[in-house]
Amino acid sequence: MSEAVQNGGTSNGAHSSGEIKPRKKSKLGKALSSKTFWRGVIALVGFVVFWELCSRTYGWTGIQIPWIGKVPPPTEVIYAWSYVIWLPGYWESWYLSSARVFAGFIVAMVLGIPFGLCLAVNKYFYDIFFPPFEVLRPIPPLAWVPASIVFWPTTEMSITFVTFLGAFYTIVINVLGGARSIDIRYLRAAQSMGATQWDLFSKIILPGTLPSIFTGAAVGMGITWEVVLAGEMISGGGQQGGGGLGFFIWSSYMGGTVAQVIVGMISIGIAGYLSSSLIRYIGSISMPWRRLF
Amino acid sequence: MADNNNTKATKGAISIRNVTKIYDPEGVNVMAVDDCSLEIGAGEVCMIVGPSGCGKTTLLNAIAGFHSITKGEIYLDGEMLCGPSKPLADQGADRIVVFQHGALFPWMTLIDNVAYGPKVQETMTKAEALDKAGHMLAEAGLGDVAGKYPGEVSSGMARRAEIVRALINDPKVLLLDEPYRAMDALTKSIMHESLLEVYDRTKVTIFFITHDLEEAIFLGDRVVVMTTRPAKTKTILDVNIERPRDYHVLSSNQFRVLVEDAKDAVHEEAVKAFEAGERELA
Repeated sequence: MSEAVQNGGTSNGAHSSGEIKPRKKSKLGKALSSKTFWRGVIALVGFVVFWELCSRTYGWTGIQIPWIGKVPPPTEVIYAWSYVIWLPGYWESWYLSSARVFAGFIVAMVLGIPFGLCLAVNKYFYDIFFPPFEVLRPIPPLAWVPASIVFWPTTEMSITFVTFLGAFYTIVINVLGGARSIDIRYLRAAQSMGATQWDLFSKIILPGTLPSIFTGAAVGMGITWEVVLAGEMISGGGQQGGGGLGFFIWSSYMGGTVAQVIVGMISIGIAGYLSSSLIRYIGSISMPWRRLF
Repeated sequence: MADNNNTKATKGAISIRNVTKIYDPEGVNVMAVDDCSLEIGAGEVCMIVGPSGCGKTTLLNAIAGFHSITKGEIYLDGEMLCGPSKPLADQGADRIVVFQHGALFPWMTLIDNVAYGPKVQETMTKAEALDKAGHMLAEAGLGDVAGKYPGEVSSGMARRAEIVRALINDPKVLLLDEPYRAMDALTKSIMHESLLEVYDRTKVTIFFITHDLEEAIFLGDRVVVMTTRPAKTKTILDVNIERPRDYHVLSSNQFRVLVEDAKDAVHEEAVKAFEAGERELA
């Protein structure tokens, strides 16, 4: 009782910090006590145990379980990983693949967003540029690999180019669709309040298209990772001593162990997850009004 | 009208003269508005009722400058908005539309929404615009939510903010296209009182499209009943209920008689529209 009175009597700052702290805790506590969280944990642990048991069955009983029985068990993968993380080539591969993905992706954003907006806003631009765009779009990025090796001076540039193509089409299509689907009432309201063309573009069309831009970016990012790995496998990595995660998988397959191949695969999963988290994070910062939904 | 108010409207008289609108003149030829004439006085609250799809919104779009007209002229304070030489009126901040379902920009907070007009017209600096927007929102009882996004507030608050966004431009005419549609009765009556309060203060001319006859009579100086498509004026009811009005009006005998009259006029058109395969009254 007296403690409570004393607490109430202390300075306002101390009181309010005392009020905020348990709230933060309860948020974390909520996540830890939520059934969804624990189901996820159990599912992941269960999966790893299942995989371990299936892989080991052959060694123990001589019976090989199809498909998964040939895969090295998680313990072996982790062991391989613990070896691989000390190799500079592994980290260099991370760096190289990420650099290629981001270079291609950023170029795709820088060119794709204005291009998509121009298609949406200007009829002449659309009439002239959309038909060739639509003819080129169905060509899979990987089909461009031989051609791009021919017409780019370095392998590095041709991989980046193919990566760029992977994201470019998706971004353009999303921007175009997003800008076109902006509610006409917003445009009318803005125009009747005296908006100039630039006001319309910067304050209405651009923010109205942002959700589609980020959708396009998230999908494009996924495609970019697919494309960069395939490009690296085909082109042989481009550089000596660690040519990217795709090359890492390929060279592990050719000269290393299957466990290392799986290390490479999981690395890509992590890299892709980190990239899309980054995009989601940037999206939520630049679209505060969307955080409510 | 409203003698007990010190503000007397001097602007915002709309004159609609023999306006006809035909959509797609080369193709199917749908006549939306047929030789419609209507005089709306400065500072009048003119309520437009009629069956769905009868062409009320076409008329509003013509005044706002969203759609062209085929024949006739529309004047605002003696100046031609649109006519034979210029079928599409210029869009301007003297005629602001409040849309069905609301059209606050979802990516701006309420205060930024309200400040948008003066900012883009460059009639105020950014700081002045925000300052005035803040004051006007507070006046409308939205001071606490001024920094919130439209998605964070109730539809009633959003609609009130939208009217504030229109008023900050000091328009001659407010064009309201069924702004309170799909609201529950209680919210609606709060909206009505707040609109009446705004009107009593500003005496802005109001062109208000609705399906709700009680709403029309409660708010309006006149209720214009339109025929089914093509739209023209069928009957004009004068609403001689004194202003300022509050919800007690709703239970007065005078009010009930007026609603009855309006119903008779609208019902006939609604039946015609229904028989013509049109969608029924909402």
